[in-house]
Amino acid sequence: MITFLTYLINGLNIGSVYAVIALGYTMVYGVAKMLNFAHGDVIMVGAFLAYCVCAYLGLHPIIAVLGAVIGCTILGILIERLAYKPLRQATSLAVLITAIGMSYFLQNMAQLIWGSDTKSFPSIIQGDAIVLFKTVQDGVTKTLTLSPINILTMASCFIIMIALTLFINKTKMGKAMRCVSEDKGAAELMGINVNLTISVTFAIGSALAAVAGILLCASNYAPLSPTTGSLPGIKAFTAAVFGGIGSIPGAMLGGILLGLIENLGKAYVSSELADAFVFGILIVVLLVKPTGLLGKKIHEKV
Amino acid sequence: MSLLKIDNIHVYYGAIHAIKGVSFEVNEGEIVTLIGANGAGKSTTLNTIAGLIRPRSGMVSFEGKPLHKVTTAKTVSHGMALCPEGRRIFQQMTVKENLEMGGYSRPAKEIPASIEEMFVRFPRLREREKQIAGTLSGGEQQMLAMARALMSKPKLLMLDEPSMGLAPILVEQIFEIIKELHAAGVTILLVEQNAQMALSIADRAYVLETGTVSMSGNADDLLHNDAVRKAYLGS
Ligand SMILES: Nc1ncnc2c1ncn2[C@@H]1O[C@H](COP(=O)(O)OP(=O)(O)O)[C@@H](O)[C@H]1O
Ligand SMILES: [Mg+2]
Repeated sequence: MITFLTYLINGLNIGSVYAVIALGYTMVYGVAKMLNFAHGDVIMVGAFLAYCVCAYLGLHPIIAVLGAVIGCTILGILIERLAYKPLRQATSLAVLITAIGMSYFLQNMAQLIWGSDTKSFPSIIQGDAIVLFKTVQDGVTKTLTLSPINILTMASCFIIMIALTLFINKTKMGKAMRCVSEDKGAAELMGINVNLTISVTFAIGSALAAVAGILLCASNYAPLSPTTGSLPGIKAFTAAVFGGIGSIPGAMLGGILLGLIENLGKAYVSSELADAFVFGILIVVLLVKPTGLLGKKIHEKV
Repeated sequence: MSLLKIDNIHVYYGAIHAIKGVSFEVNEGEIVTLIGANGAGKSTTLNTIAGLIRPRSGMVSFEGKPLHKVTTAKTVSHGMALCPEGRRIFQQMTVKENLEMGGYSRPAKEIPASIEEMFVRFPRLREREKQIAGTLSGGEQQMLAMARALMSKPKLLMLDEPSMGLAPILVEQIFEIIKELHAAGVTILLVEQNAQMALSIADRAYVLETGTVSMSGNADDLLHNDAVRKAYLGS
């Protein structure tokens, strides 16, 4: 039971981070109709920026988070302006190749600046783990604990998800994003500045990526290196497709489910095959529901 | 006074020369209609005026100001609204949200009063206020599209085939509404396949034929012109 709960908590923990990354993929896909494969590498840049502020400048972790968020927001806007915007009219294949190129560009730049060896990420939150539950069975003590970084991760990810949902549904810019994602031309006819809306989308997605990168490294999910963002990026992309690409609640649901399936798969199927198990489930879901769990049918234009 | 002036525009889709030197104007307070067969270039002309497509050459001016180089968002704030072909309402948003988006370019505090005005003009929309727009009937969607365009308080309302795909009784209703809007002071540029109806409510008309204006004049005169009757009125 305790083992199960431990995997459940780990699943929720990593799942909530996947969800936050998946939001970036899904928002950009919805608004700009492209798969931004460099998104995973923005995660890595965010983690490195935070690392620099903490390790080199010796400043407080909160300043590090702020610095990483601001840095990645600017990076996201620049990536869109310089690499993707000139390709608005190009084929989706050309855009995809550019995104893959951007991904390698960011990894190589990181390698050039920080080297390819792994760095140990500073702990951003101190304190003792909370013991939720404790049993003694056959002389073996088992405890269910929640570490401060777990609490911080889940709390910040859930706050981000709630805030983003409110932003998309209630604010003028959020509604403009929904319009652009549904019909760019009609959105322009409303007087919506489509270029600005796309920039804001990239900015928000990249800011979220920075937070996700810091939480991932601080949870010791992955050591910090130029390829830190690759695997979580692909997993989160999978989560976005799983939940229905373009759908905000879909990305959240997909991310959390992916984290849970991955961890329970590790526990009860095989730790080596956990990833294959995750993708197996994804394929089954997509066979049954090609638009993903919460994906909307694309309306035929008249 | 001329509100909108189109001067010798040429529009291309890649190598396709869709509009070949079209000129016309719309005066303040008029209903002007563009009629023509499918593919003549009517929608392309309206989309060019709205700034969705750029002309390769020629001028579009509104109240004397050149507009062919500004963004669509700017044309909206100058006082033009296009209700596009196929309605293109935001299917996944509610009726009320669609109306709010129509008022995007205006101060937020003026929006509730304008929505109320739309509900008075289109009572069906009030009943459907919270409904997802994609679930409305064709006629309701057309009304929503028109109301959404009106939310920007345009001086010039451009309508691209508002009667498309609607039952005759609904077509009558839509044309009644156009007349009411005109009476309320909105200048109207109407594109229609239903030439009979369009000519009967318009002041002036232009006939588009494969990207050029082949005929123009008073709507009444065209309604009784033999060539027009043969080509567009089926008699
Ligand atoms: N997006 C497009 N790409 C290429 N050709 C187009 C496009 N839209 C319209 N056309 C062509 O331009 C011409 C004018 O089309 P359109 O303006 O839609 O005519 P209408 O509204 O009068 O039916 C047609 O020959 C049409 O095939
Ligand atoms: Mg047309």
